[in-house]
Amino acid sequence: MPMRHIISVLLENEAGALSRVSGLFSARGYNIESLTVAPTEDASMSRMTIVTRGSEEVIEQIVKQLNKLIEVVKVADLNEGSHLERELMLVKVKAQGEWREELKRMSDIFRGRIIDVADGTYTVELTGNGAKLDAFLEALDASVILETVRTGACGIGRGERILKV
Amino acid sequence: MELTGAEITVRCLQEEGVEFAFGYPGGAVLYIYDEIFKQDKVKHVLVRHEQAAVHAADGYARATGRVGVALVTSGPGATNAVTGIATAYMDSIPMVIISGQVPTPAIGLDAFQEVDTVGITRPCVKHNFLVKDIKDLAVTIKKAFHIAATGRPGPVLVDIPKDVTTHKAPFDYPKRITLRSYNPVTKGHPMQIKKAVKLLLSAKRPFVYTGGGVILSEASNQLAKLVKQLGVPCTSTLMGLGGYPETDRLHLGMLGMHGTYEANMAMQHCDVLLAVGARFDDRVIGNPAHFNQEKRQIIHIDIDPSSISKRVKVDVPIVGDVGQVLEELTKQLQASKERGDQHALKTWWTQIELWRSKNCLNYDRSSKIIKPQFVIEKLYEVTKGDAYVTSDVGQHQMWAAQYYKFDKPRRWINSGGLGTMGFGLPAAMGVKMAFPKANVACVTGEASIQMCIQELSTCKQYHLPIKVITLNNRYMGMVRQWQQFFHGNRYSESYMDALPDFVKLAEAYGHVGMRIEKPSDVEGALKEAFKLKDKLVFMDFLTDQTENVFPMVPGGKGLSEMILAEDL
Ligand SMILES: Cc1ncc(C[n+]2csc(CCOP(=O)(O)OP(=O)(O)O)c2C)c(N)n1
Repeated sequence: MPMRHIISVLLENEAGALSRVSGLFSARGYNIESLTVAPTEDASMSRMTIVTRGSEEVIEQIVKQLNKLIEVVKVADLNEGSHLERELMLVKVKAQGEWREELKRMSDIFRGRIIDVADGTYTVELTGNGAKLDAFLEALDASVILETVRTGACGIGRGERILKV
Repeated sequence: MELTGAEITVRCLQEEGVEFAFGYPGGAVLYIYDEIFKQDKVKHVLVRHEQAAVHAADGYARATGRVGVALVTSGPGATNAVTGIATAYMDSIPMVIISGQVPTPAIGLDAFQEVDTVGITRPCVKHNFLVKDIKDLAVTIKKAFHIAATGRPGPVLVDIPKDVTTHKAPFDYPKRITLRSYNPVTKGHPMQIKKAVKLLLSAKRPFVYTGGGVILSEASNQLAKLVKQLGVPCTSTLMGLGGYPETDRLHLGMLGMHGTYEANMAMQHCDVLLAVGARFDDRVIGNPAHFNQEKRQIIHIDIDPSSISKRVKVDVPIVGDVGQVLEELTKQLQASKERGDQHALKTWWTQIELWRSKNCLNYDRSSKIIKPQFVIEKLYEVTKGDAYVTSDVGQHQMWAAQYYKFDKPRRWINSGGLGTMGFGLPAAMGVKMAFPKANVACVTGEASIQMCIQELSTCKQYHLPIKVITLNNRYMGMVRQWQQFFHGNRYSESYMDALPDFVKLAEAYGHVGMRIEKPSDVEGALKEAFKLKDKLVFMDFLTDQTENVFPMVPGGKGLSEMILAEDL
């Protein structure tokens, strides 16, 4: 059964490193649900979070193939222990008439923040795991959603689990 | 003192002890060529096509175990090199390719002869670099050699923009280099080795399956020790031939799609399999589902963790250098009081000898037409089994692999993974440059040889007296064989029409040409050719047009479902 896995990768912060990873996934036919990357506190390194799906064998190969890339320093399959996952979403909604109040309330319930207010629109910022963001969108009437943008998940192990060089 | 990028590049090659750089000049590498001109430590070999430069560097690397070096210009120079790079990548050959690039300010502007070389080659190199800053040049070249030669070897490309070759920096070549992100494991895990020893001693039908990793890791002696200590049968893949002496009784010949009956049957029916530097490739085990029908325990030694449990689930994975792990294994086996089940082993050998008695490589030796197998057998005899044999791709490649018995590593040089027609002749050039006194034969077909035939000119210029053994069946034989078996005898576009007169062609290039049409002339002609020590001899053997390679495991079938010559 293809399971959803979150894989964290520490890699040298060098030009082309990202395309090596994305190239690996397309060349070997691995699935990518989302991929996020940014420099870490040590500017020489970036951290990438990849959400993928695959059987146990495929995930094992993904981890090995990632490790094989010369610029990859460390790889962890976060699913091997307990972990946290967060994603950021911005949603622009039509906010007119009675909807203005309603949208404010909805955003509060989901612990969202309205970060931009215009005549006819609100922009709501929401973080959480993917399911929570989905739930928020489902709770809204489809006709009020003007635009959404999501970062893709980033993940970290709980407690003592640390991915560092 | 400050040096230019071009000077630094050549100095780095000198520091690495590079004997030969195979290459072809062009605009983006003019400054580098200028520096090549001013020195004579690194000898440049001018090929006639960049693909050949890379194949020649590759042949040199395969024969010597050292890093091969190729030098090409930007754009078309780099794209011509890609086939060679991919060939080396598939067979894990250590190589450094230096390519010129348009000047940094022009990158991305569709400049003349600009291609994204790093992008194009990314999927077929172990690693590649674009050097944008002269300060990084020397250390990048150091990294390239380090990465190419260590761990699972492979080609590394360094792309150098033209302006960087004119910029200046102090030259300081690092003696050693460490990379935090790259530390291949060489020593096998002791617990895993212990498990392997136990499993080997418990085996009733043990089998040792060895691949190119044995050659790459220089582990032939360690392998022979272990196999002889256990007294168990072994086999080699196409890439592993010569890793274990083929004339030894314990060796069952090559396995796989065109492997021997006994090797394939033993592979299918063993109960404990020791896989050494091999990767369970589709041309080796056939259909994995069929392979898995038999229960067996597998120990797999490989330097590359991603090769383990990729196509076949493994019970005892051992990541490490093949030679080191084999040595440790043998030590522990010797130290162990146990000796394994000798009775079972005897029964197993009886079975194997029964398979062997099928004599699956037999062919019609009384034929009035030259049989290709016969040419290879005679080549083996005339060269006393001690030649370096390169090959192209097709039936002739399989016959060379089957009928030339390789007793030493690095003697059999072919494109196993990518299957690149055109590889044989330039690879032979690299071998001959490395070992000028050795006999070097290129076994080829009339189709393959035409893919890099222009290199006959390079051979003339550098006095490379290679013997080109063309098994001329007037067909792309391997294609024709598949069309005969699987496409209802429709020989679509596989007939080689309008062939040149190879004898005249060889002569036009300044070499000796021979055409051999009768079986009775084969041996004499070969002897004569090898006597011409300082001549390249192009031997055009007119062979049986419809001969097929047997045994054959058809695509999608299992190892024990071979077609044998006698079945037809
Ligand atoms: C560059 C390249 N193109 C196509 C092929 C597919 N191919 C494999 S074998 C073969 C025929 C080779 O014919 P020849 O060199 O005459 O050798 P023979 O099989 O007749 O011995 C072809 C076309 C290949 N391996 N490499």
